[in-house]
Amino acid sequence: MNTMTLDAAGQTAPAQPESVEKATVDTDTRVTETVGQPFCDDAKLRMRGINVFYGETQAINDVSLDIGRNEVVAMIGPSGCGKSTFLRCINRMNDTIEGCRVEGDLTLDDEPIYGPRVDVVPLRARVGMVFQKPNPFPKSIYENVAYGPKIHGIASRRAELDEIVENSLRRAGLWNEVKDRLDQPGTGLSGGQQQRLCIARAIAVSPEVILMDEPCSALDPIATARIEELIDELRENYTIAIVTHSMQQAARVSQRTAYFHLGHLVEVNDTETVFTNPQHELTEAYITGRFG
Amino acid sequence: MTDLTQEQVRERIERRLAGRHRVEKTFRGLGIASIAFGILAVVILFSDIIAKGSGAFVQSAVQLEVHYDPAVLGIEQVDEESLTWANFTGVIREALRERFPEVSGRSEKRELYSLVSTGAPFKLRNRLQADPELLGRSETVWVAADDDVDTFVKSLSDSGGGFRGRTSDRMIRWIDQLLASGELKKRFNSNFFTNGDSREPEQAGIRAALVGSLLTLLVTLALSFPIGVAAAIYLEEYAPRNRWTDLIEVNINNLAAVPSIVFGLLGLAIFINFFELPRSAPLVGGLVLTLMTLPTIIISSRAALKSVPPSIREAAMGMGASRMQVVFHHVLPLAMPGMLTGTIIGMAQALGETAPLLMIGMVAFIVDVPGGVTDPATVLPVQIFLWADSPERAFVERTSAAIMVLLSFLIVMNTSAVWLRKKLERRW
Ligand SMILES: Nc1ncnc2c1ncn2[C@@H]1O[C@H](COP(=O)(O)OP(=O)(O)OP(=O)(O)O)[C@@H](O)[C@H]1O
Ligand SMILES: [Mg+2]
Repeated sequence: MNTMTLDAAGQTAPAQPESVEKATVDTDTRVTETVGQPFCDDAKLRMRGINVFYGETQAINDVSLDIGRNEVVAMIGPSGCGKSTFLRCINRMNDTIEGCRVEGDLTLDDEPIYGPRVDVVPLRARVGMVFQKPNPFPKSIYENVAYGPKIHGIASRRAELDEIVENSLRRAGLWNEVKDRLDQPGTGLSGGQQQRLCIARAIAVSPEVILMDEPCSALDPIATARIEELIDELRENYTIAIVTHSMQQAARVSQRTAYFHLGHLVEVNDTETVFTNPQHELTEAYITGRFG
Repeated sequence: MTDLTQEQVRERIERRLAGRHRVEKTFRGLGIASIAFGILAVVILFSDIIAKGSGAFVQSAVQLEVHYDPAVLGIEQVDEESLTWANFTGVIREALRERFPEVSGRSEKRELYSLVSTGAPFKLRNRLQADPELLGRSETVWVAADDDVDTFVKSLSDSGGGFRGRTSDRMIRWIDQLLASGELKKRFNSNFFTNGDSREPEQAGIRAALVGSLLTLLVTLALSFPIGVAAAIYLEEYAPRNRWTDLIEVNINNLAAVPSIVFGLLGLAIFINFFELPRSAPLVGGLVLTLMTLPTIIISSRAALKSVPPSIREAAMGMGASRMQVVFHHVLPLAMPGMLTGTIIGMAQALGETAPLLMIGMVAFIVDVPGGVTDPATVLPVQIFLWADSPERAFVERTSAAIMVLLSFLIVMNTSAVWLRKKLERRW
C-alpha cells in the first residue's frame, strides 16, 4: 500500500459519466439487510443491532458489524448517513450529546462497552479518536502529546514521558518538524501538522483501537499521503476504523469497506470487492457517482 | 417569469447602491454622535467633580507658637492617664492670645478662639504623646484652621470678595494679618486621608470609609468568586438539562434584576435579626453584596464557559479525561479571563452600592478606622451620601473629593480587569 504515488493521493471524486441520460438510482430504496461480510472470526470490536437516536429521530438503524484485530475498516457513504454517529458509539463520545441514545450490543474484546458498570475513562484510553477538524489543546506541543500519559499515569518518570512523547511524534511523522520547538503552542502548527499532532496525542496512550473521523479532510495531498502511510504502519499494532469521503483513500488504506446509507449499513466487503464488484445497487450507484 | 438581462440586473443594483451608501453613512454618523455624547457627559461630570473637589486636598492651617506649660495643661508628667484630661485647648488659647495681645473681652476672645479647628488640641496631644520631652517647652506647629476660615480663605482667590458666612469683620482682619505674615497658609490636607468621619469638616477624612469599603469588598470577593464560579461550573458542565435547571436559570436571571435595596432588607432580616451578626459591620455588608453580585458572576462565568470551543472538550474527553479533568485542565483556563472580567464588574458594582448597606446600618457615623470585618464601619458611597447631606459648606468639596477617591478606585479596578484579561488570554 506504500507504493502509491503523490498523484494518486488526490481527493477528487471519480469522474462522472458524461452521458446526460445516465441511469439514476432512487436513494429511497429500502435497505433491509446488510450484504457482504459484516462479521469476522477474530473480531476486536463486535457490534450487533445498533440503533442510535437523536431525540426522536433515528440516525443509525439496526447496524451489525465486526472490526477485526489489526484490521483497517473504512466507512464510506453520503453526507449525513450516520458514519460519524456510528464511529462515536464505539468510544461512547455520543454520551456527551444531549438527547443521544444508543441501543444494541457493543463489545471490545468480548467485554461490553455500554453498561452501568463500564467506566468511560479507561475505555477511551483503549479506544482513541482522531477528529475531523484538528483540535490540539491550546498548550505546548509537548503538553499535547504528554497529556494522555499524564492523566492515565502511564509514565512514572520524566524521562519516560519524554520518551513516550518522542516516540509518538516520530510515529506520527512529526518529530523532525517539531523537535526543536516542543514548548511552542500546538495550535501554531499548520493544519496538517496539527492533525498529525492529534494522531501522536492519540497513540501516546497506546490505544488498542483508533477511530478516525475524516482525518484528512482538511489536508493537502502530501499531508494526506503521510497520514495514509502512518495508518498503514499503525495497522501492525492497532485496530483502525476510518471514516472517509475519499474513495481512493478507502481503497488505499483499508482491508474492508463498509458502505452506509441513510442510517443503514448497506454493504460490507473486502475493499477490493466493494470498489470493483459491488453487490448492492446503492453501493454501486455511490461509487460510480450515479445518485439522482 | 421573465429572465433579466445582465444589464437590467446591473442597473437595478446601481439604483439601490446610492440608498445603501446613504444608510451606511447615516448609521456611522449616529454612532459617532452617540459616542461623542457619552464622552461629553463624562468630561462634564469629571470636570465638575474635580473643580469642586480638588479644594478638599488642601486645608488652611494656622502657625502657632505653643508652650506646653504644665500649669496650663494641669499635668505634672506625661502618661496615658494625664494625657486624657490634660487641657490642650488652654494651650492653644494661650498661644492665640499671645499672637493677638490686643484682644480683650469675652465675645472678642471667643471669635479669636474660633479661628482654629476644635480638633487642633488633639494634634498637640499626639505630639506630646510622641515626644514627652516637649512638656514645659515651646514649639511652632501648624494647626488646622476652622472650616469657616478655610472656606473664606479658599473663596478669596476666585472672586475677590470671598464667601463670608459666619466670619465677622474682626476675624477677617485677623485672617488678613495672618495671611500677610505667612502664618496662615493652605497646606496639603493629610487629615483627609488619615482621619475618619467628623462633625468638623476640617477634621473629617475618608480613611474609615476607605478601609470599610476594602474590608467589605474583600468579604464579597472571598465569598462570591468561589461560590459563583462553582455554581457556574456545576450548572454549565454537570447539571442535567431539565425543568429544575431551567427554573434555577430563570431565577438567577431574575435575581440579577432585583433592586439592591431588597437584598439589604433580606440581609437585615437574615444576617442581623436571625443570625444576630453585628450591625454596621463589613462582614454583613459583604454578605449582602455577595447576594447581590452572585447572579452577575454566575451569568458571566457561564457565558465564559459556554464560549470555550466544544472541540477542546471533545479532544480532552476523547483522550479519556474525566469530567473534572476536562473542566479543570482545559475549560477553566480558557474561561478564566471572562470569569475574572465578570467578577470585577460585579465588584465594581458592589463598590458603588449604597442602598442595601443603609438597610444594615452601615450609614452610622463612624469616626474610628475599622480594624476587622466585625467592627462598625461605613463605606465610600455611604460616606459620600452622608457628607452630601451635611449643611457645612466645607463638606461640599469633601463630597466631591470622596467621589474622586471612589472613581479612582473604580478606574484602578477596571484597569486591572483589562490588564488581567490581557495577561491571561492565551493567544494560542
Ligand atoms: N448532535 C446531533 N443532534 C441531532 N442530530 C444529529 C446530531 N449529530 C448528527 N445528527 C444527525 O444524524 C444524522 C447522521 O449524522 P452524522 O454526523 O453521523 O453523519 P455523517 O455520515 O458523519 O455525515 P458527514 O459525512 O457529513 O460527516 C444526520 O441526519 C444528522 O443530522
Ligand atoms: Mg461526519
